[in-house]
This record gives sequence, C-alpha cells and structure tokens, in this order.
Amino acid sequence: MISLGALGGALEQGLVYAVMALGVYLTFRVLNFPDLTVDGSFPLGAAVAAKLICGGVDPVVATVVAPALGFVAGATTGVLNTRLRISGLLSGILTMTALYSVNLRIMGRANIPLLRSATVLTTLRGLGVPAGVAAILLFLVSAILLKLVLDVFLRTEFGMALRATGDNEVMIRSLGVNTDSMKIVGLGLSNALVALSGAMVAQYQGFADIGMGIGMVVAGLASVILGGAIIAPISIGMATFGVVAGSVVYRFAVFFALRMGFAPTDLKIVTAALVVIALSGPTIRARLGAERRRAPGHGKSEASRENFPARNH
Amino acid sequence: MVSLRHLGKTFLPGTTNGRMALRDVSLDLASGDFVTIIGSNGAGKSTLLNAVAGVFPVDEGTIIIDGQDVTALPEHGRAAAIGRVFQDPMQGTAGSMSIEENLAMAARRGERRRLARGVTQEDRESFKEYLALLGLGLESRLSDQVKLLSGGQRQALALLMATIKRPKLLLLDEHAAALDPRTAQDILALTDRIVRRYGLTVMMVTHNLRHALTFGNRTVMMHEGEIVLDVGGPERSGMTVADLLERFHATRGERLSDDRILLEV
Ligand SMILES: Nc1ncnc2c1ncn2[C@@H]1O[C@H](COP(=O)(O)OP(=O)(O)OP(=O)(O)O)[C@@H](O)[C@H]1O
Ligand SMILES: [Mg+2]
Repeated sequence: MISLGALGGALEQGLVYAVMALGVYLTFRVLNFPDLTVDGSFPLGAAVAAKLICGGVDPVVATVVAPALGFVAGATTGVLNTRLRISGLLSGILTMTALYSVNLRIMGRANIPLLRSATVLTTLRGLGVPAGVAAILLFLVSAILLKLVLDVFLRTEFGMALRATGDNEVMIRSLGVNTDSMKIVGLGLSNALVALSGAMVAQYQGFADIGMGIGMVVAGLASVILGGAIIAPISIGMATFGVVAGSVVYRFAVFFALRMGFAPTDLKIVTAALVVIALSGPTIRARLGAERRRAPGHGKSEASRENFPARNH
Repeated sequence: MVSLRHLGKTFLPGTTNGRMALRDVSLDLASGDFVTIIGSNGAGKSTLLNAVAGVFPVDEGTIIIDGQDVTALPEHGRAAAIGRVFQDPMQGTAGSMSIEENLAMAARRGERRRLARGVTQEDRESFKEYLALLGLGLESRLSDQVKLLSGGQRQALALLMATIKRPKLLLLDEHAAALDPRTAQDILALTDRIVRRYGLTVMMVTHNLRHALTFGNRTVMMHEGEIVLDVGGPERSGMTVADLLERFHATRGERLSDDRILLEV
C-alpha cells in the first residue's frame, strides 16, 4: 500500500520544484535560451539560505536573499553571452562551473544540516499552521503566487519585449528594445526563481548539499515538457499552469519509479530519456509521416496539394 | 530630413573575403521624399538600409536624421526615428504573439518598456480602427496569434507596425518580394496609401524597375557599393524602364545582361 503521507510528500516536492520549473520555462520557452546555469543557481540558493540560517538570520530573510544572488548568477550568464559573445550553452556551463566553487565557499563544506535549525516551515508552525500542512501550504501558495505574478509580468510592456526577444530578435530590436539587456534580465529572473526554489528545498529536506543541483535543468525541462503535454499552452496562464502541473506530475512519476524498484541514482538517466523522447517526438513523427507519404497510393494527393494555387488571401 | 554623408563600409576587412559594400555613399532626403533604390544583387542596397538603421556601425561617414547625428547610436537607440519592414514577412512580426501584442509593441517603438499593462483597452479600440484600413478582417482577430496569418497578412501587419508610430524615416527592403504577384501588388498599394496619408520619408529597395519608377518621387541606382544614378522631378516622370536600363549602361559603360534584376520588368 502506498501511504497517503508518501503521496503528500510527492505533491510537496512537485510544488516546491515547480518554482524552479517556472524559471526553466522562462529561459527555455519564453527567451528561447538553453540556460544551464540552473544546476549551479539551485544549490546557490540552498547554500545562501542555509548559511544565513545557521548564522542566526531569520529564515524568511534568508529565503528572500537567495533569489537576489540567483539573479546575479543568471545575469552573469547573460553578460557572458551578450556582451562577451560566448555561446548561450557555454555561458551557462561557465557560470555553473564557477558557481560550484562559489557555493563551496559560501557553505564552507559540502553539506550543511538544517534539521535542528529554524526554517520558514518552523516559522509557519509558529504562526499556528499545523505541522502536517505547513509545507504543502507554503509551497502551494508560492507556486501559484509566482505563476500568477509571472503571468501578469509577461503581459506588461517589459514582459512582452522579453517574449519578443525570444520569438524574433530582429523585429524587437528594430522596435527599439535592447535585446542584450532583455536576455540579461530574463536570465536573472529565471535564476532568481531557481535559487528561491533551492532555498526552500534545503529547508524542506533539512540540509543544503553541494551536489543537489546536479541534473536540475533536465528535471526542470522534463517538468516543462510534461506540463505542455498535459495542458495545452493556449495562453500564458495555461502554459505556466502546465509548468506547475508538469512539475507535480514529474515528482509523482519519480515517486512511482522509485517504488517500482529503480535505484535513486538511476533516476537521472530515466529523466534524461524522458526528455529525449519528448524532444525527439516531433522529429520522429515527421520522419514516419514522410515515409508513409512516400508509400504508393499517397503520391497523388500529395502532388495535387502542391499544385494548389499559392494564393495568400 | 535625412542626410547620409560619405558612408563607407567594408565587411570582413583585411581578409580575402573582404568586401567594400558601401563606397562614399552620400544621399540627402527632404521631408516627404520617397526614394526607390534599385541595383544588381550585391550592389549594397540592403547594406545601405542596415547602416542607416544601425544594424552595424559604418566605417566612415555620418548619418543624420531630423537634425540628429545618429551615427554612433546602436540600432535600438535609433529605433524611435526609424520604421522598418523586412523582405521576409516572418522577420517583421513575432509569430507566437497576438496581433494586438505585436501592434502594442510597435506603438511603443523607441520608448522605455515599463511594467505597465502591455495592451490596454484603449489600445484595442485604436488598433481595431487601424486594422480596418487594411480591409483584411484582422480587426476581429486581435487576439489571434500572428503565426496563424498568411504571408501577405503578416506583411500588411508588419507595414502597419512600422508606421503605427509615425517614423521620421521608413525603410523598406524588398518588402513585397517574397509574396505572390497579386499580394505583392496589394502590399505596395497599401504602402503607397500609408506613405501618402502621413507624408512619410521613405527609402524603398525594389528589384522591380517598373515599381521603382511608379512609386515614390525619386529613384537611386546602386552598383558595387556606389550610387551611380539619382533621378527625380520631371526627368524621372518621363522615364521608362528602357530609359532606366540605358542610363545604367551609360553610367557604367558595361553590359550586364546576366543581371536578373535589371531585366525584371
Ligand atoms: N554581414 C555581412 N558580412 C559580410 N558580407 C556582407 C554582409 N552583408 C552584406 N555583405 C556583402 O556586401 C555586399 C552588398 O550586399 P547587400 O546585401 O547590401 O546587397 P544588395 O544590394 O542588398 O543585394 P540583393 O539585391 O541581393 O539583396 C555583398 O557583396 C554581400 O556579400
Ligand atoms: Mg538586399
């Protein structure tokens, strides 16, 4: 039997990681930028929050400082890419690599336990929220609130310029937008979300660890892709809702994979495979379609379609 | 209104592929001038427009628009003064965004992008009126994604976007060339209507010599990065395509029978 508590745990994880997935959505989908900074900015958020909490800083303050540093990390990738003309992928890898050292410096060691420290969750309990629902409440509210803020933001003048930068740089530049700045800010915001998620995860699981960011981009991407598959992204609101839902579904999938006997260490290859399948789907379908069309009997309709007058209205 | 002085641009300087795309190009446009630009492939027409728009810095010369020296400004810094339509309808619009969002972004050309609502109700009303001018029924499809439109509809929208906030200079680079002949005709007629209505100053590149003479009030011919012919006024009104070709040969003293564009009439 699967306990309700275990399922609740998967839901909590889905929601807290959804904040990270929203960040990944912002770069991969909105800005069209394959940002790998995430694997470094996630533990950065965790490291900053853990270190501050251990130093006696209020956990709420610690949780708010984390995304500010995440913003700096993302903006660094943006500067490398736009000002120094280093490819997007490499820029992210460089920042991520540098962050490994930064994170270790911040933490002073590879792992900081938080089990006996005050966290945002104990703060909530202090406010009278029952222990059993504190996490789910906090993460649900965070995910939904950030999703809604992102929806509104992406419909502002600035947000539209950001989307246009991802869609058609030539056009939006001709309309007077500095696309370099847009990318820097967009990457900053994305990694702020990721670091915030990292800060909350550290407090939720009771430790920050230098290796907790490994595979984070791929997990985020898997969530974004799953979300797009479950919920048609017909509008921004639906797309971001899909991202949150995708993150929850992804964590449930992980949960069931573990129950089926997958070793936790094998999950990364399963996730990678999932993303490969999702990303190659259209290509494979197109190839299969092309083959079917080449088969006899289909040639005629194809030719007549080509001869259809190319009239635009 | 627009003054281009001694513009020079060499791509990939110092390499074997180095190419002088603009050589000492000078051109003055009075307010309301509509200049058509013709010339063979690689003559430097697009390079000239890109230089004016600030896509890349020029090596030499100055670019003055409405009294302001914009030579040192980056592309986004000049955009307040310049409207552009590209050859490819895909390039002038953001396909994943709606018609109203595209228009709203264009209506704020050259302005700071704020954290204010991107499309207001007021915007919608004026966009509807504006779109109705096209007669394509787009006014009832404000929230449709632009990628759902046909190439001709997209290019018409791009033209509206380039002019919704009246530009001091409108740059058109073969903006009808990628369309089928009838749609191209429509887009050119629309261009003419908008330009007349607002009295815009225009530089329009075309490969069609007949269009070069029928549209605008002045025609400039480029060859190997130089302006080799500049006609306007009564001299131009009496001109035929054959005259234009002849003038070209006379200036260059060469035959260019293999040039597809010069034969495209
Ligand atoms: N970004 C670039 N890098 C290198 N060379 C370039 C670049 N842009 C243009 N050129 C070269 O400059 C010359 C002028 O090109 P340009 O695109 O201005 O010609 P054009 O008159 O617009 O031609 P077409 O009629 O084919 O559009 C060509 O020789 C071209 O190869
Ligand atoms: Mg050209």
